[in-house]
Amino acid sequence: MLRLEKRPSPSRAWNYATPLVAVAATMFLGGLLFLALGKNPFEAIRLIFWDPLFSPQFAAYSRPQLLVKAGPLILIAVGLSIGFRAGIWNIGAEGQYIIGALCAAAVALFFYPAENPLVFPLMIVAGAFGGWLWAMIPAILKTRFNTNEILVSLLLVYVAEKLLAAAATSFMRNPDGGGFPGSRDFTRYPSSANNEIIANTGMHWGVVAAFIAVIFAYVLLQRHLLGFQVRLAGQAPRAARFAGVNPARLVVLSLGFSGALAGMAGMFEVSGPAKLVSIDFNAGYGFTAIIVAFLGRLHPVGILLAGLLLALTYIGGELAQFMLGLPAAAIQVFQGMLLFFLLAFDVLSNYRVRFSMPGRKAEAA
Amino acid sequence: MKPPLLSLQGLTKIYPGVVANKDITFDIADGEVHALLGENGAGKSTLVKAIYGLVTPNEGQMLWRGVPYAPHAPAEARSTGVAMVFQHFSLFDAMDVAENVALGMDNPPPIRELSARITEVSNNYGLPLDPSRMVGDLSAGERQRVEIIRCLLQDPQLLIMDEPTSVLTPQEVEILFRTLRQLRAEGKSILYISHKLEEIRSLCEHATVLRHGEVVGRCDPREESARSLAEMMVGQSLHTPSRLAAEPGKTLLQVTDLSVASPSAFGTSLKSVNLKVRAGEIYGIGGVAGNGQDELLGALSGELPSAAASIQLDGKPVGTLGPNARRALGLLCAPEERLGHAAAPDMSLTENALLTGAAREGLVKKGFVGWSKARDFAEKVILRFDVRTPGAHVAARALSGGNLQKFVIGREILQRPSVLVVNQPTWGVDASAAAAIRQALLDLAQAGAAVVLVSQDLDEILEIADKFAALNGGKLSAPRPVQGLTMDQIGLMLGGAETGDADVAA
Repeated sequence: MLRLEKRPSPSRAWNYATPLVAVAATMFLGGLLFLALGKNPFEAIRLIFWDPLFSPQFAAYSRPQLLVKAGPLILIAVGLSIGFRAGIWNIGAEGQYIIGALCAAAVALFFYPAENPLVFPLMIVAGAFGGWLWAMIPAILKTRFNTNEILVSLLLVYVAEKLLAAAATSFMRNPDGGGFPGSRDFTRYPSSANNEIIANTGMHWGVVAAFIAVIFAYVLLQRHLLGFQVRLAGQAPRAARFAGVNPARLVVLSLGFSGALAGMAGMFEVSGPAKLVSIDFNAGYGFTAIIVAFLGRLHPVGILLAGLLLALTYIGGELAQFMLGLPAAAIQVFQGMLLFFLLAFDVLSNYRVRFSMPGRKAEAA
Repeated sequence: MKPPLLSLQGLTKIYPGVVANKDITFDIADGEVHALLGENGAGKSTLVKAIYGLVTPNEGQMLWRGVPYAPHAPAEARSTGVAMVFQHFSLFDAMDVAENVALGMDNPPPIRELSARITEVSNNYGLPLDPSRMVGDLSAGERQRVEIIRCLLQDPQLLIMDEPTSVLTPQEVEILFRTLRQLRAEGKSILYISHKLEEIRSLCEHATVLRHGEVVGRCDPREESARSLAEMMVGQSLHTPSRLAAEPGKTLLQVTDLSVASPSAFGTSLKSVNLKVRAGEIYGIGGVAGNGQDELLGALSGELPSAAASIQLDGKPVGTLGPNARRALGLLCAPEERLGHAAAPDMSLTENALLTGAAREGLVKKGFVGWSKARDFAEKVILRFDVRTPGAHVAARALSGGNLQKFVIGREILQRPSVLVVNQPTWGVDASAAAAIRQALLDLAQAGAAVVLVSQDLDEILEIADKFAALNGGKLSAPRPVQGLTMDQIGLMLGGAETGDADVAA
């Protein structure tokens, strides 16, 4: 019989080892899956994990993509993790991301075609503000009327998507675009372009912002009283009130912070990799970031690594799909396995596995 | 000779890293009330769990009337004739008594039939209980009756009772004891676990004393004194808390006409509470749990706001202030629930030191936490209050109840409060830790602080408090000096006979 026994305190060793064990288990079972599909498992794994970074054939294109894809994921996930730690569930980062992008686009289009170095910083502020504003709706509804922030923030994603569709097809449509949906190309308007800082690395300002956010969140959680209160509120709400934490203030702060970061991520995306406001520029980063946040155990450094890992499986997955003709569903199963194993092995940091003889099953202390 | 009802022979249970029971041997005869004595962690719970089939011992055997007995599950133990009343009730508030009883039975009869049997048993044993009442509306004593009747319906030969009186008023204890004596007269046996030594002396004829998992003594408690029993249990001579008599000083905490609605549906709202505590005084508030203790603590700590003037700290109105503003003024609290309220279970002791010590100990500068200062403060608490732990980095939940309680109380006392409010400071704490905590409270009062001691343990209040008031249904009785107070008077006060906002004669 297998039994789980709670550890007196969480195991540090397992805390660090589980991601590695999970990746290994995913490679093994994923390999079996690819084998069953009639593909060479070693080649498939190599295409997913190795070739995007190191193959002379593909790396020139894939390597920059890693940062391009990881940047917004990390930026959004870091914001979300603060709220998640406090037990405040912002599921609507996708909506905040869209609204941030729209606000930033509005600023750029307002100044177009004037050349001014202040346009880009102003867009960043507008993007953060838009995301913050969209997150304030669930925050205020929660603190005033005790609504559920999960539902409100999630449903506001669909509202934001409608606004995006309206923007792309009508009020932000490119007047010189021959009637096609989509705004002007921001990368061709030098004042608004979020270009690569170093050519062919994928490093754009959004990636810089993501790194800054990681450092900021790390300092906040480890050193600042507010970070302590966030962790306290998430772990022991009653103890938090005893320690004088104001729950409403925490809701407003954490939703606002995650909204602002998501909005900023939307701004960097629309003015860089996505180039313009189109109906579907958003690509689901706001939802994937939830996975990244948990994959990184809500720890800023963990989120940095998880964002890179998830971006790698996306790029490598596409490569494997393209090179081996693997079905897209197989790649999704593979990514799902990774998440599943990470969460499943996570149990080991709080519990240890015990083997016991059959017939002693009632031994529950 | 007839074999004993239950005979334990060399029972040993080893958990990873801990020997919970080592070579335990004793007999329980028919019609015997046998006491199992020991501090927290002495191995009493593990032992009774083995008898009840929840734990399988590694070595040794049990004989039931001379026949080997090794239950693998509680159902097996129940069918043999063993029943157990746990310290913590497993009842559902939103169901009535009969439904709750049915849930705990292996083959419950139809509810109508069961209700009739519940009424019958409750009449036979003098435990009044209406089978159709909601459990959520019952007092702690009545809830316990549900558990006892659930056991009696199985017609057990051996009834195990784990700390049964910790939640009862003196009158309820009397009723329980009458029932237990009646059971004994019927030839049934009772294994009685308690740390209240006076009870054991009045009820039990045999006692087995455990310490660190081993039997360290057997005696007839009627021939021992409470003190000698305690010393057997602890293994050293006990220090009785003491202090010099002193005149109380000026009024530090004054509560006037305090009414606060309870935030929880099953809570008790405070109704026009008055109290006045002076420097150097310990003000004991007794009462059965659920009569507004949590709400009173919340109102005093600042978690539940009230009208500004209803709480005055050294003449300043503080009713509308939050917990940290009150801490800054010197009003500190230690709530009852250690894990989750007074301390965050998964956080280290250093982080838990920061939890209330942030402002008064200067652990935070411009919003940034001085972790080394917080650790120093945690270590100071650990050292001064003899908290047994490998260090300040250990998670709070890894500490035993007594050690964590010493940490929680110590954390507040070392912040030099002018008023300290504690709720159940020694609940679930072993005898030597409890004595240390009581002494610390006495020393604090001696040094000029005002202490409010909310406790269900009347002995504790009588031992260290100067005044006694009873909390009943959210109302606080007028205080009486502890000196000269009899148990009967206390029982009447707790029952609500003297409740009402009488003059604040302090």
